[in-house]
Amino acid sequence: MALTNETIKDRLIAKFGDQLSHFEEPYGLLTFEAPKESNLKVLQFLFDDEELRFQFLTDLTAVHYPDQAGRELAVVYHLHNLTDNIRLRFKVFTAVAQPDVFTATQLYSSANWMERETYDFFGINFVGHPNLKRILNVDEMEYFPLRKEFPLEDQTRIDKDDAMFGRGSIK
Amino acid sequence: MSVEHHVKLPEGSIEKTTTTLNLGPTHPATHGVFQNILELDGERIVSAEQTVGYIHRAFEKLAERRPLYQITTLTDRLNYCSSPINNMGWHITCEKLLGVKTPKRVDYLRVIIMELSRISDHLICNSVVGVDSGAFTGFLYVMQYRELIYEIYEEICGSRLTTNMGRIGGFERNFTPAAWEKIEKFLAEYPAVLKEFENLFTRNRIFMERTIGAGPISGERALNYGFTGPNLRAAGVDYDVRVHSPYSSYEDFQFEIPVGSTGDCYDRFLVRNGEMWQSLSIIEQAYRKIQDMKGTESEIYHADAPAYYLPAKKDVYTKMEALIWHFKIVMGETEIPPGEVYQSVEGGNGEVGYYLISDGGRTPYRLHFRRPCFIYYQAYSELTKGAMLSDAIIVMSSLNLIAGEMDA
Repeated sequence: MALTNETIKDRLIAKFGDQLSHFEEPYGLLTFEAPKESNLKVLQFLFDDEELRFQFLTDLTAVHYPDQAGRELAVVYHLHNLTDNIRLRFKVFTAVAQPDVFTATQLYSSANWMERETYDFFGINFVGHPNLKRILNVDEMEYFPLRKEFPLEDQTRIDKDDAMFGRGSIK
Repeated sequence: MSVEHHVKLPEGSIEKTTTTLNLGPTHPATHGVFQNILELDGERIVSAEQTVGYIHRAFEKLAERRPLYQITTLTDRLNYCSSPINNMGWHITCEKLLGVKTPKRVDYLRVIIMELSRISDHLICNSVVGVDSGAFTGFLYVMQYRELIYEIYEEICGSRLTTNMGRIGGFERNFTPAAWEKIEKFLAEYPAVLKEFENLFTRNRIFMERTIGAGPISGERALNYGFTGPNLRAAGVDYDVRVHSPYSSYEDFQFEIPVGSTGDCYDRFLVRNGEMWQSLSIIEQAYRKIQDMKGTESEIYHADAPAYYLPAKKDVYTKMEALIWHFKIVMGETEIPPGEVYQSVEGGNGEVGYYLISDGGRTPYRLHFRRPCFIYYQAYSELTKGAMLSDAIIVMSSLNLIAGEMDA
């Protein structure tokens, strides 16, 4: 029997109860949220469970939401069950003040560089990572460039005001 | 991989100490800017440590300040051996977010372009594997046909390498008769060339001795390392995005997925060659499907998405609505609906993914590219451990590492 979003959701809730939240299906892709302490438990369960078998890590990245106090950074995992050909996305949120999240490198060798990249750009500290150092940027860099506080353009230019991009208001 | 200080010599080695060799970042044999610090026991590799990021251009940050159509030019520069696939993948991602439905003819035109790019990508990779094993002829021979593919691109969009091809919803103009002529020429002449290319290599004793058993990986390890595309299929896993999550009407086509078994350089070579034959057949099918279209359907080359698609110039001069759209598009004033999308396409090297988050502004809130090269290059030290130095080069070229894709 082919796996459906409903079955996955039911199995996850049966295992983790109300720890998991924000179940959604944007564009058909099952998405949910887990507390950051249990990210590894969820990944391990999805990997090992005989029915779920999400054993392929498609993508790992982060998003910065500076306005959500206490949960500014989201780490996003895209997993794929290649046997039943179904994908899911799951997120953990962490505070920017203490961005510690457990590493998935024990489970997926591919997570090594993906986590390094995420650290490089967002400063997520993957606890237990064997070699957490910058990968694409220079080692001497002192900030995490994909965070929203780093403006892209020259700030003295008024023609590049945020309002031009549909956000904020004209100064 | 971590730096292994005090690398120990393997048991039974006759050397006194290991040799450190700095391969790259501008080594002529690495075909791109990557650095590898190899620890050698004589000529055998004990460990390899990769450094990437030499051409990092911060595309993900740049994309946060660009309207959707300006991001296409960024995708060109990821895997520059098959930029049209990246372009189309990006358009398909945007269309998914915006809910634009493309007509069948657009899908088929895209399929033709994407398969041509796949051929040009595999062509370069396989012929370069030849070059690195000492056979230069194949490389020069097939270059003519890559040139023909680039001429087809030129007829369609005006440029060759960084194509910026197509628009959200379709193409900026219909394929010209000259483009069709060139596609027909390619379909007629290429099979013989590919056959000849295979004759040069496939059963060539020297080539086989150099590539069989070089850089092997099991299917299980390949999956764990996040391999996709030809490199994963060479290890015996038949995962192909075109089949598993069809896009651009790939479900309308009949084709096979070639797979290997050992995941070594030879299997990767064979899988890529096999895929070129399949691509040819897909192009032929798409060509025939388009030729069979009648009436208005046979002329259509874009979807009805006026907010993302520049109107014809004569309409801009004569129709108010077209003028407004023109202005809004050029000024980048079109607001994108909020949403979160992951869309992937089968690129030359594997699953090229686009993770797009929109908060309702005019530009993406966050855009992440899943770059297959970046993900599978980390397996390089495992692949080359215990191999000869000359194998390190050949493994690198047969993985088809593209610096642009790796560094984004």
